[in-house]
Amino acid sequence: MLNDKKTHNDELLPHLFRQEYAKMTAVLCRHFGLKHIEIAEDIASDTFLKASENWAINGVPENPSAWLYRVAKNKTKDHFKHISIFETKIKNDLKSTSLIQENNFEFNEQLILDSQLAMIFAVCNPVNNSESQIALALQILCGFSLEEIANAFLTKTETIKKRLQRARTHLRNDDFEITTLTGSEIQSRQETVLQTLYLLFNEGYFSKSNNQFIRKELCSEAIRLNLALAENPLTNTPQTNALLALMCFQSSRIEARTNEKGEAVLFDEQDKNRWDRSLIEKGNYYLVNATSGNEISKYHLEAGIAYWHTTDNKDKWKNILNLYNQLILIEYSPITALNRTFAFSKVNGNTKAIFEAEKLNLTNNGQYHGLMGYLLADSDIQKAIEHFKKAIRLTKSETEKRTLKKEIRRLKTNGDISE
Amino acid sequence: MKEFALIFRLKDISDFKPSPEQMQERMNWLGGIAAQNKLADKGNTLLPSPGSAKTVKPNNMVTDGPYTEIKEFISGYIVVKVENIDEAVEIAKANPIFDQVGGSIEVREVLKRD
Repeated sequence: MLNDKKTHNDELLPHLFRQEYAKMTAVLCRHFGLKHIEIAEDIASDTFLKASENWAINGVPENPSAWLYRVAKNKTKDHFKHISIFETKIKNDLKSTSLIQENNFEFNEQLILDSQLAMIFAVCNPVNNSESQIALALQILCGFSLEEIANAFLTKTETIKKRLQRARTHLRNDDFEITTLTGSEIQSRQETVLQTLYLLFNEGYFSKSNNQFIRKELCSEAIRLNLALAENPLTNTPQTNALLALMCFQSSRIEARTNEKGEAVLFDEQDKNRWDRSLIEKGNYYLVNATSGNEISKYHLEAGIAYWHTTDNKDKWKNILNLYNQLILIEYSPITALNRTFAFSKVNGNTKAIFEAEKLNLTNNGQYHGLMGYLLADSDIQKAIEHFKKAIRLTKSETEKRTLKKEIRRLKTNGDISE
Repeated sequence: MKEFALIFRLKDISDFKPSPEQMQERMNWLGGIAAQNKLADKGNTLLPSPGSAKTVKPNNMVTDGPYTEIKEFISGYIVVKVENIDEAVEIAKANPIFDQVGGSIEVREVLKRD
């Protein structure tokens, strides 16, 4: 019996830990203020440490969340008792933020949701660059460890640690209060929040990391946080829904886009039966919600593109090209330029697309050479192979290298030419 | 990098409303410029229709439309950022308008007011 309990415990804790830890930190921050986020995190950590010890012996309680919050509440009380004896200075400091209301110190579902939402807005602070924001979001909002974040970024733990320390200093100096959000706070930060969630999702979806598990975790965390925005009337904007639709459409293909060996499967070759229909339907639902306003954001356009990809409509590529034409007008990026050219080739043929691609001035970009190789494969095998080789030299992703090498082998066999 | 305004002129008011196919070609042209990161301003369309276009002349004279005395009327503009005027001219040459309906594109360097 003990063994059973233990197995159950091992599975339950990491998942529960991450999300509940992040939520608990947010709720505690409401009381301590963002300045003292470390105290909140310490209490949350202690609580989960106690849980892992206690549950290993006594088994998981009937209502794990309630158990955790009860412990956290007691630890918070202890903490205040402790500092009232020793550290009058800090206590005054805390008092000045008028957040000590021990008697009202309750955890309920609404409070947790509100705190979590406010924490999302606090963390997505425009003073930090986007890389730091994603790292912060992973640590504070998703409860990822330093190692896990380093793994996702393919960076050394030490680098991530320093990046987070700098970002946290900025965060502490900001006087954002973790209380119920006001309309003006939402207006001034919603764009940054959505951008961070968008990047968080992309970090998972397009990550160079080969660790499928971490990649899926990043995607599902981005969706979870985005859902938190959609569930609150104040943050349930057309853009929020458009981004959510985009994430659902993209996620529906997660299983189909890698094979058993972990190699990327090109869109054309994906087994459509492995697309997740229920996620596509959710995507459709949020895309319809997204059309309630007049504004067309880049999320609307990207969600539209992702939508057409899920269909077999004969005008699919025309529509996708149209959307890319609009998207590139809103925001230039090399990847959008290349994707647009790919859509252009589907509508106007490879010859015209090669001409378009050559004008892009992206010869230092690995994906440019990947695209050129693809476009030339039918007409000039030798040239196509040269481009694929350049693409291999320029990419850092091992998976991509393997996919490109496979493509070269295929061309060589088909063209029957020797090295 | 220099900026150049491309000013579009059409000959006939009936050319102003393109077919979906023509629209697609025009959008492709514009998207192609943006894809090269050479679009400084996507500009605007200038409506030539009655009620949307008037010309003001000396002595409080106001006439309908922009096309009373000229054969061509301005239908819109964009601004590109390129190395030199030749590059801007090359971009203009590729505009599908010439195959579709005719007209002209005036290329003018932008001098910014600071």
